[in-house]
Amino acid sequence: MSATLTPVTRLTRLLAQNPLIPLILLLAGLVLVLEIMQPGILSVFWIGNTIKVAIPLAMLAACQTLTMLTGGIDLSAGTVATITAFVMATLAPLLGVPEAVAIALACALLAGAVNGFGIAICRVHPLIMSLGTGLIANGCLLVYQRYVIATGTLIPDALVWLGTGRTWGIPNGLVLFIPFAALIIWGQRRTGFGRLLYAVGSNEGAARLSGVRSWQVLLALYTLSGLIAGLTGLILIGLVKTPSLSLALRLDLPSVAAAVVGGTSIFGGRGGYGGTIVGALILTVLTTMLTLLHMPEGARGILFGLIILAVTALYIRLTEKG
Amino acid sequence: MTPKDTSAAASGPGAPVLDAQGVSKRFGAVVALRDASLILNRGEVVALMGANGAGKSTFVKILTGALAPDSGHVRIRGAEARVASPAEARRSGLVPVYQEPSLIPDLDVAANLRLGKTPVAAFRHWVAALGIADLRLDDLIGRLPLATLRILDLARALAAEPDVLLLDEMTAALPTDLVDRVLSVVRAQADAGRSVIYISHRFAEIARLCDRATVLRDGATVGSLAITPGVEERVVEMMLGANPPRQSAAAQAARAPRAGTPRLAVRGLAAGNRLNDVSFDLHAGEVLGVVALEGQGQDELFDVLAGNRRALAGSVAIDGQTARLRHPADAIAAGLTLVPGDRSRALLMSRSVRENIALPLVARMAKWGVIPARNEAARVSAAIDRLQIDTRAQGEVRRLSGGNQQKVTIARWIAKGVETLLLFDPPRGIDIRTKRQIYALVRDLAAQGAAVLFYTSELGEVQQACDRAVVIFNGRVVDVIEAQEASEPSLMRAAYGLTSGDAARKAAP
Repeated sequence: MSATLTPVTRLTRLLAQNPLIPLILLLAGLVLVLEIMQPGILSVFWIGNTIKVAIPLAMLAACQTLTMLTGGIDLSAGTVATITAFVMATLAPLLGVPEAVAIALACALLAGAVNGFGIAICRVHPLIMSLGTGLIANGCLLVYQRYVIATGTLIPDALVWLGTGRTWGIPNGLVLFIPFAALIIWGQRRTGFGRLLYAVGSNEGAARLSGVRSWQVLLALYTLSGLIAGLTGLILIGLVKTPSLSLALRLDLPSVAAAVVGGTSIFGGRGGYGGTIVGALILTVLTTMLTLLHMPEGARGILFGLIILAVTALYIRLTEKG
Repeated sequence: MTPKDTSAAASGPGAPVLDAQGVSKRFGAVVALRDASLILNRGEVVALMGANGAGKSTFVKILTGALAPDSGHVRIRGAEARVASPAEARRSGLVPVYQEPSLIPDLDVAANLRLGKTPVAAFRHWVAALGIADLRLDDLIGRLPLATLRILDLARALAAEPDVLLLDEMTAALPTDLVDRVLSVVRAQADAGRSVIYISHRFAEIARLCDRATVLRDGATVGSLAITPGVEERVVEMMLGANPPRQSAAAQAARAPRAGTPRLAVRGLAAGNRLNDVSFDLHAGEVLGVVALEGQGQDELFDVLAGNRRALAGSVAIDGQTARLRHPADAIAAGLTLVPGDRSRALLMSRSVRENIALPLVARMAKWGVIPARNEAARVSAAIDRLQIDTRAQGEVRRLSGGNQQKVTIARWIAKGVETLLLFDPPRGIDIRTKRQIYALVRDLAAQGAAVLFYTSELGEVQQACDRAVVIFNGRVVDVIEAQEASEPSLMRAAYGLTSGDAARKAAP
């Protein structure tokens, strides 16, 4: 049988079965272009820097990947990350670091649970629900900020170590991120909960007939998504080192883009976190590239959008055939 | 048995209306068609037959121009007419009516007609001729029952005055009276000079309507037979490529005793506006048939028992315990598992065979943790073996043939463990080999102590699979018939509500 196949069909089949390959090739190609644009840029330091910047994006994109597997989305993730970081940084001088971290993560869990309640039990569309939760949470943050303005902020050393530190040139953030990514990838493939994300996303009615109570799955999922967003906020504050009210907001839409570029379908049932990680790296390298071009901000935005559209379209063409 | 369809070409007057020869098509590694041919003369009705996976659907798609063949040709009206698109096929005079209605649900009838540029007067004429008296042109398509939609599709096709009409499982969802009308109208059209390609698994209809049957097996046309009395066995032989196994008489002989507490006791069940008052007992080791015309409440009955819909009145007891079925998870916990009639309702089309079969194993919250991979693999492969699912394309269920998809919906519950199986019309639109496998499986499950509630729209099958049958008419049980008395005519009379009402008491003693 296989002898009759042309090399082209065999290649498309290989790509369809291993959707990570074209993504990794694309990433390598982008790095190569960067090296040509600015010879000598490729160094351990630069790679470490890129990974360091990509980690919060990839973590926030985990929220999008997992929710998109069920056909949903979490547009409150950026806001939740920002709140967690801000609450932690402002409470740390008053209460001590462990208490501050616990309270901040509790806020993230609460926001996630509100999303979950609206989406799973009231059946509000995830786009609307998470947008609404994000706006409300942002309002709460503004109110909170007026009361804590005088307390000063503290960013724990451990988070700075995780966010910015390096050991032998390798970013310390990987200490958190590698287990995190391994857990997500393992969870989506090898646990019942992971299976159910795909099941609910590809045919919720069929999942129901098989005995799945999808509200339980969705409630747990959006709560988890809130928790992941909170963790991202903590890493991000260690990287940026200044709490602000718009800390992670600029990551909101790129996190969606990273998941989409990484091959997760917004209609649910298809994709995975492995692709998202590569997608986050691709977006980070692209940003570096556009910065190097010394373009005005507007032109950079336009080019960034066009490239994301082109990459996604090409990628879907490549992997859906065969 | 000639390899090519040439014998019929010689017999027809002049050039055939449609002539397809040596058509082949492959999808990646899978060869769907090797050497398919079909000849259709003016005024002729030809049945296109083949087991699932024989390449029937692919051949139809090529004939209608939805797919381009890799080799071979399709000639319409003698001239080499390379059909490049469905629109071109339509212009060349071939109009298909597919299994799924092709009307847009959010538009009304009139708007749908305008979209297809269908002449309204002719359309109304055909709708009336086909037996739908009260159609309004401002009815929204989405609100009409499936049977009506199929009739509208056919009327629309006839209004286009086609040379060749292609009917794909036209009667699958129709009640018997409409089937009658459809067959008469189509036969009259053929006698008036139109040609028809008729795809169906129902021999009775083919015998009534068709002149010839062209049989596909493994992607090639293996022969073409004139329809004569007794041709069924020959066609089945051709489709299977060997003598089919005879229905074992032993299955009929081994009847379980019906005593003690029934596995499932249904009393006075009502739901929706169709299911009014249904009571019956189902015992372990028994296959209880449900017989009903389209829309007599059987859909609601199965949905209620599966926990997918709330009952308005009545009770369901399982092993003597009253059950509350508020969600399919409750029903599954009580051992009631549903195989719905429409397999797209049950399958995760973009997921693998394994994930589809193992879905109930991870559904409960207690099973959200690590999947016991070895145990799951063993259960799944045992279920695949038992149903003989062809797993060449197991990466995505949507790539399987219809019959194999149907098997996956059943395999799911085999892997989970069957106590009470609710099988809703499994033979609809699948080939005879798969059908026989399913009957054998159902008898096997019953012999092992499972209880099976089995709705079938094909009355001839009740005797093959069931111990008894309850007949439902207008949302009520009107009769209970033992298998040996469940001949097609007696079931038919009962299904139309023509038997005495006191028989209903036999269902629930």
